[in-house]
Amino acid sequence: MSLQHVTTTVNGDAAEFLCDATETLLDALRDRLGLTGSKEGCASGDCGACSVMLEGRLVCACLVLAAEADGREVETIEGMAGTGELHPLQTKFLELGALQCGVCTPGFLVAAKALLEEHPDPDETEVRYWLAGNLCRCTGYDKIIRAVLETAADLRGQ
Amino acid sequence: MELEFTTRTTFDKVGTRPPRPDGTDKVTGRALYGADLAGAGMLVGKVLRSPHAHARILAIDTSRASALPGVKAVVTRDDFPGIGPDGKVKGEVEENVWDVARNVMARDKALYEGHAVAAVAATSTAVARQALKLIDVTWQVLPHVTDVDEAMKPGAPLVHEDMITAGMDPAPEEPSNIAEYTRIEMGDIEAGFAAADVIVEQTFRTEAAHQGYIEPHACVASTSEDGVAELWCCTQGHFSVRDMCANILGMDLANLRVTSSEIGGGFGGKTTVFLEPVALLLSRKSGRPVKMTMSRDEVFRASGPTSSTSITARIGATRDGRITACDASFRYQGGAFPGSPVSYGAVCGMAPYDCPNVVLDCYDVVVNRPKAAAYRAPGAPMASFAIESLLDEIAGKLDIDPVELRLRNAVKEGSSSVYGPTFGAIGFVECLEAARDHPSLEAAPGANRARGIAAGFWPNYGGQTSVTVNVNNDGTVLVSLGTPDIGGSRASMCLMAAEELQIPYERVKAIIADTSALGHNDTTGGSRVTHSAGLATIEASRRVIDTMKQRAAALWDIDVEAVVWDQGCVRPSGANAGDHEPLTFEAIAAMAPSTGGPIAGHAEINAEGAGASFAVHVCDLEVDPETGRVTVLNYLAVQDAGKAIHPDYVEGQYQGGVAQGIGWALNEEYIYGSDGVLQNPGFLDYRIPVASDLPMIDTVIVEVPNPGHPYGVRGVGETPIVPPLAAVANAVSRAIDRRMTETPMSPPRILAAIDGSP
Amino acid sequence: MRYEAPRTLADATGMLASCPGAARVLAGGTDLLVALRSGLVEPELVVDIKRIPGMEDIVAEDGGWRVGAAVPGAVLSRHDGVRRQWPGVVEAVELIGSTQIQGRATMVGNLCNASPAADSVPAMMAAGALARVAGPDGRERDVPVGDVATGPGITSLATGEVVTSVFLPEAPARSADAYLRLIPRTEMDIAVVGAAVSLTLDEGGRCAAAKVVLGAVGPRALVVEDGAAAIVGTSLDDEAVAALEAAASAAAQPIDDKRGTVSYRRKVAGVLARRAARIAATRAGERS
Repeated sequence: MSLQHVTTTVNGDAAEFLCDATETLLDALRDRLGLTGSKEGCASGDCGACSVMLEGRLVCACLVLAAEADGREVETIEGMAGTGELHPLQTKFLELGALQCGVCTPGFLVAAKALLEEHPDPDETEVRYWLAGNLCRCTGYDKIIRAVLETAADLRGQ
Repeated sequence: MELEFTTRTTFDKVGTRPPRPDGTDKVTGRALYGADLAGAGMLVGKVLRSPHAHARILAIDTSRASALPGVKAVVTRDDFPGIGPDGKVKGEVEENVWDVARNVMARDKALYEGHAVAAVAATSTAVARQALKLIDVTWQVLPHVTDVDEAMKPGAPLVHEDMITAGMDPAPEEPSNIAEYTRIEMGDIEAGFAAADVIVEQTFRTEAAHQGYIEPHACVASTSEDGVAELWCCTQGHFSVRDMCANILGMDLANLRVTSSEIGGGFGGKTTVFLEPVALLLSRKSGRPVKMTMSRDEVFRASGPTSSTSITARIGATRDGRITACDASFRYQGGAFPGSPVSYGAVCGMAPYDCPNVVLDCYDVVVNRPKAAAYRAPGAPMASFAIESLLDEIAGKLDIDPVELRLRNAVKEGSSSVYGPTFGAIGFVECLEAARDHPSLEAAPGANRARGIAAGFWPNYGGQTSVTVNVNNDGTVLVSLGTPDIGGSRASMCLMAAEELQIPYERVKAIIADTSALGHNDTTGGSRVTHSAGLATIEASRRVIDTMKQRAAALWDIDVEAVVWDQGCVRPSGANAGDHEPLTFEAIAAMAPSTGGPIAGHAEINAEGAGASFAVHVCDLEVDPETGRVTVLNYLAVQDAGKAIHPDYVEGQYQGGVAQGIGWALNEEYIYGSDGVLQNPGFLDYRIPVASDLPMIDTVIVEVPNPGHPYGVRGVGETPIVPPLAAVANAVSRAIDRRMTETPMSPPRILAAIDGSP
Repeated sequence: MRYEAPRTLADATGMLASCPGAARVLAGGTDLLVALRSGLVEPELVVDIKRIPGMEDIVAEDGGWRVGAAVPGAVLSRHDGVRRQWPGVVEAVELIGSTQIQGRATMVGNLCNASPAADSVPAMMAAGALARVAGPDGRERDVPVGDVATGPGITSLATGEVVTSVFLPEAPARSADAYLRLIPRTEMDIAVVGAAVSLTLDEGGRCAAAKVVLGAVGPRALVVEDGAAAIVGTSLDDEAVAALEAAASAAAQPIDDKRGTVSYRRKVAGVLARRAARIAATRAGERS
């Protein structure tokens, strides 16, 4: 079977790859482009460990066909930090110990960034529901939720 | 090595909350986990699994799969070395490697749905999947049993046709599914119940839960033509992975180097091998590196969940709330092979209480389910569910506050434990008092709301540990550990090394070294790492200080006894030792090349003195009386940490254990169909708590120093999952005025209890 | 498998009609990709309809709203116009999966996946929504959404047909809808029971018209005529809603499975129908 040629933009840079029609965007990011920060926890959209932005919208990369990314813009955890500087959410997660094993952390950070861009002043319930599609088995979510709320307050200048 | 120390109580660095050394890589996506390694020419390995719960494998024909273009290797039971006449494969690993070997690849029978029967390595995932479809297995389907009580009945389908129950005197003549029977006894049980004014008895059942780590099992194996192999995998113990793989495959330990990747959660589930020996064999046969990853449904169907249990317990107490007797029967299934954690569970349930008369009967049962693996405080949450529920019944009957009832019976220093040893300094009473006095307990429950309280215990474990502390010439320090870091332990080790060496935390870094770089390390588990690896790190740091003192003494030409280590410097001990300027840690490090060469300390220990950790949990919740849905409103976890090295990660352990326990209590379960096939092998229907299911989880870190550690550390990881089943059950039972005796307490089960229907 | 992303509807229906093997339409993909990955379906062709103009649009029409087949939940839930008229439909769509799923999942996909537990379907049926179906011959037809699914995973769509949009009619004055579902967790589960109620009040505040539809208690969403009859003409007093509850429980045809029992689903179907009716009535009252 012949492979499909996909031209896309990943974290602001042009990217091209060949893929099988059945491959997901997650497969392509990890296996074709070497971007392994997005994780496969379930491959069914239930865990959020592969959260990425597709055309500015939060999605699970495991539920997008790689071929769908043609001509689209993708942002992943690898693009979150600026040059030499962490995003405030990344800094806060470290400061509050909001990660243990860390495998869900990239997905949480991508999802939390999307939340704060859309809702700069969320309350605890909004944060919890927005992040309900990101499973964490280590932390009980407490420090993650606090880190997101504190970052939101910091970014609002409070 | 005999360690001598007095337990410190004041610290500069220990107890602070600096960022972890591995943190930046984890928030940027750089950290490499099990599935993140790629190599040139790497093949994809996939496993064919049994669709049947119990079936004899009459034949396996792999010829069509082998002929498929792109398939580079196929392995089946025939590729594994035979088993010796003693029923064991060669080696010295304590775990029954024969059982592990048969779990990794089915031999005469598939013992559960999901049991591996063959594997392929191919040039792509698509080809590997196609190849699996071309493997022809001839099955003879057998009757199966997945329920623990059914499995114990005479006439039940036998998982192993020749298994005679161990531990019974006289030994039974007929085989059964009961692998082992153990009785734990003390005092006079009849007299104990005779002295009781109130006796409660009930049967409890818990369904199996899975550890639910977010990272599926994954590994990359590469075997050279000379038989030397490398293995990269996510594991809690790469040394035991090496030992098990080498034993199963008949390799020398020196020929297998295992590197532990970052690990995306384990909770006990990554303490054994599943894919690793298969990947090594596929790599050996193909001559290529092979990557294997489990899909999520394979994780549920074929890794190691915990036991499902059935427990009947009876407790007697006097009118003033003194427990006089407890007898209980614990029936735990451990999946398709012996080894359920039933005895651990049995002793942990009663360990918090000073009860003179105890009889605990333990049955380790096999069924047609995946072989159980450790899950956080293995066996204890189920037993505590039974015991702590009955204590609540007693508190109710005697009209005594549940915390007060526990205070009246709490073990303290000098109490003899049900599992043998006499307790040293422990913090159970302190935890009960802290829970009782916590401000969150003042809120009055409303309609359909109630509060549940439960205690928990885990004895903790020490074990073999090997650590090296290397000093660089610029005065920075590298700690090499052999215990995979599953929850921030590198940060704790850096803190302890910095504390001991009296240098800034930022000057210390820690790594997890591979199996070729250090002596043996037992697996990360049993809440042993902060205690044992901490002990070894402190010991190794002290060896560094000894060497630095020797270097300074030689430089000053005085006896080493005449120098002291003080505030990060070597100084002469007094005026008689001469007038020498103190030498800083950095100064001695810089002089190392000219004063005798590199400076390093190492420690190889078999740690003892792991102090037990007790916890008390308080849960407030609300039940919707029309639907049976539960909303957890507040949760408080109080636990003795001995000394919290990095409090963020101690709190994190408490909160994470609570979340897992709440999930187990309310919604998590293995659901089997009548065909013995798992119905819910995914995160959609195996319902672990999501962020919106939980409130903030309050924590109180009680610190009663463990005399078995120089800083007073107790392991904290296991205990937090012990109380929640009972804390939630006690709250639900109060809210609906019916005793809940089964987990999960799902909405249909609670509504049935409210309506009084079965 | 072949992946195609046609730019016109005619191309899409043509490809689907001419494919000799199994073909699937890809909109949000949140069901299709799970089925692909698990090997449940192995289509020869997947046709992505998202690049066809209009598929991602929400357009005002005859006082109501036409929602394109590729409009994801995240877009629909931010649309004030639809939410104002059909809050129950929007809340049903919002309940489908996580934020990430909402970024992809579509109402039409939910309809065509034909799951008995689909959240948006009872709400759309209670709203009287129509699905627009385009065929390979270039013709279009409108069918009541309740006629699209005929059983679990089975639809009435012919080969080559694509649902291109759903039309939500103008909501009458003093009317509102509501959707409730029971799941064990707060998110991420499939409905154990779902209940949608749409109703219209008269000027005196009595219920003039009602529709009651249940999900997850039958092979497809179930219209409860007796339930609607129990509240029409009443002021939704306790007696009336009790009759609605009894009618909903009686109408339910649930099965025992890993998500719930027959007796549980039967009882909760009544409870949720009653609660949804109260919410819809309150909303309608606020809009009077």
